[in-house]
Amino acid sequence: MAQAITRVSAPPPVRSEPKIKLPWPLSIYQTAVGKKWVMGLTGVALLGFIVVHMIGNLHLYEGPLEIHEYAETLRDLGTKLLPRTWLLWIMRIGLIIAFALHIHSAYSLSRMSIAADQRYPGGRNYIAANFASRTMRWTGPIIGLYLFYHLADLTWGWFNPDFVRGDPYHNVSESLSSIPVAILYIVANTALAVHIFHGTWSMFQSLGVNSPRYNHLRRYLAAGLAGIILVGNLSFPIFVQAGVIDDDGRSIVEELQHGAAEEEDH
Amino acid sequence: MSAEINLTLKVWRQAGPNAEGRFVTYEANGISTDASFLEMLDIVNERLIEAGEEPIVFESDCREGICGTCGLMINGQAHGPQKGTATCQLHMRSFSDGDHIVIEPWRATSFPVLRDLAVDRRAMDAIIGAGGYISVNTGAAADANLTPVPKETADTAFDAAACIGCGACVAACPNSAAQLFTAAKVQHLNLLPQGQAERWARTEAMVETMEAFFGSCTNHGECEEACPKEIPIDFIAWTNRDYIKAKVKNRKLVG
Ligand code: HEM
Ligand code: SF4
Ligand code: FES
Repeated sequence: MAQAITRVSAPPPVRSEPKIKLPWPLSIYQTAVGKKWVMGLTGVALLGFIVVHMIGNLHLYEGPLEIHEYAETLRDLGTKLLPRTWLLWIMRIGLIIAFALHIHSAYSLSRMSIAADQRYPGGRNYIAANFASRTMRWTGPIIGLYLFYHLADLTWGWFNPDFVRGDPYHNVSESLSSIPVAILYIVANTALAVHIFHGTWSMFQSLGVNSPRYNHLRRYLAAGLAGIILVGNLSFPIFVQAGVIDDDGRSIVEELQHGAAEEEDH
Repeated sequence: MSAEINLTLKVWRQAGPNAEGRFVTYEANGISTDASFLEMLDIVNERLIEAGEEPIVFESDCREGICGTCGLMINGQAHGPQKGTATCQLHMRSFSDGDHIVIEPWRATSFPVLRDLAVDRRAMDAIIGAGGYISVNTGAAADANLTPVPKETADTAFDAAACIGCGACVAACPNSAAQLFTAAKVQHLNLLPQGQAERWARTEAMVETMEAFFGSCTNHGECEEACPKEIPIDFIAWTNRDYIKAKVKNRKLVG
C-alpha cells in the first residue's frame, strides 16, 4: 500500500525482525499477536485437560478399585482402533506440545513486554488490572514446577518409597498424608485457579472471540471455572488429611494382583 | 465555588534524551481550583521563570481534549484521576489542599523523553504510516451517501475513530503495549466499506509495526480505563481476529 506516505523516522524498535523467516503457517508464531493466539489455543487445551483431570479424580471418592478401573479405562481408550495405550499417548503428546508452546510463548512475550516497558520511580496506579492478571508470570511458573513434582511423585514414584504402580488411591493417600506435601498441593492449586481466572477471560480477547452481546458472560465463566477447579482440586489434599481418603498403607490393587498371580500358580 | 489550594508537586526533570532524569519537588501555592491542570503548570512555570529557573517542559495544543498532544502520568495514572478526559480537561478541583502530586512523562521504551515531560511519540506515527489510511484516487468528490453504511456500523466505527492518538493507553499499560491505539486506528477503517480494499494488508502492516515498538498485550484492561475517549478493548479482540485472518488471506492472495 501507500505511495504518498513518507517514511516516518522513529526511535529504534524494541523488537528485532526474526533472523530466519519461517514458512507459513509457522511465520504466524513469529509475530507477537500470533504467539498470543497460540497461547490462547494452548490455554484452551490445557484448560480442557485440567477440567477432565479434576472430574476424573473424583473417582477417588468411590474407592480404590473404582479409581484403579478408571485409570485402566484411560489406558484402554480407543483399543478397538489402536493398540492399547496409544490413544492415551497421543493425547499426552498433544498436551506436552501444548504445554511447551504455552510456556515458550509466555516467556517470549513477557520478555518483549519487559523490554518495552520503561519504568519511572513514581509507581503505577492499577485500576482495571486485578491480582490474577498481575500475577500470571508468577502463577504460571508455580504451576510448571508443581506439575513436575506432581508427575515425579504420582506418575514416576520418585519420592514415595511405598509407590505402587497402577494404584492411584494408595499413592495419593500415601503422598498427601504428609503435611508439607498437602500444603504444596494447596498452594499450587490455588495458583492454578488464580491463573485460570485471568486466563479464561483473557483467551477470549487473544483469540478474537468477542461479541458485545455475550461479553459479560466471560467473567462469570472465568470465575465459575476457577472456582470449580479450586474446590475440586483442593478437596483431595484436604480429604486425605481428614482421613476420608485412606487405605491404611495397604495397596488393594497390589493385593488383587498378588491374588491373581497366586491363582495362576495353581 | 472557586477556592485556592496549596500543592506539593514532584515533577520529572530531564535535560535531554540522554541526560539523567530525576524528580524535583516544587511548592505550588495559591492555585485556583478553577484552573486546569495545564494552567496550574503554566502558573508554576511563570514563577520558575521569574525566579530565573528553567520552566518545566510539557506538551499541549488544543487544551480541549481533541488533539491528543497533552499527556502526563499524574500520580501513576495516565491523564490523571478523572475518567474519560485528557490531561488538559482535568481541573484542580479534582485535588484537595495539601495534596502531593507526582507528575511523570508517558512511560514506554519507545516513548523516549525529549525533555522533562515531553516524549517522542513518532513510534505511533510509524504505526499510522504503515496503513492507517485509505487510498483513494483524487478527482471530483463523490456524492455524499453514495456508499451506504448501516447506522450501527457507522456508530461503532465512530467510537474507534474518536481516538486522538494521545498514547495514554501505552503509558497506562504495564506491558507498554499499544494495542488499544492500534486497534482503534485499524478498526475504524476495517469496519467501513471504504476500508475493505486494504483491510488485510492494513491489519498486517499496522500490527507488525506496532510489535516492533511496543509490548505484548496481556488483557489487563488498563488502557480502556485510561483512554480519554473511553475506547473499549473489544476493538483489540476484533483486531486480533482480523490479524489472524489477514495472515491466512494475504498468503492466498499474494501467493
Ligand atoms: C496447565 C495449566 C495451565 C493452564 C490451564 C493455563 C491457562 C492459561 C490461559 C487460558 C491463558 C490465557 C491465554 C490468552 O490470554 O490467550 C494463559 C496465559 C498465560 N499463561 Fe498459562 N496456563 C497453564 C500453565 C502455565 C504455565 C506452566 C506457565 C508458565 C511457566 C504459564 C504462563 C502463562 C502466562 C505468562 C500467560 C500470559 C498471561 C497474560 O496473558 O496475562 N501458564 N494460561
Ligand atoms: S486509544 Fe485512547 S488512550 Fe489510546 S491513543 Fe487513542 S485516545 Fe489515546
Ligand atoms: S491539549 Fe489537545 S487533547 Fe489535551
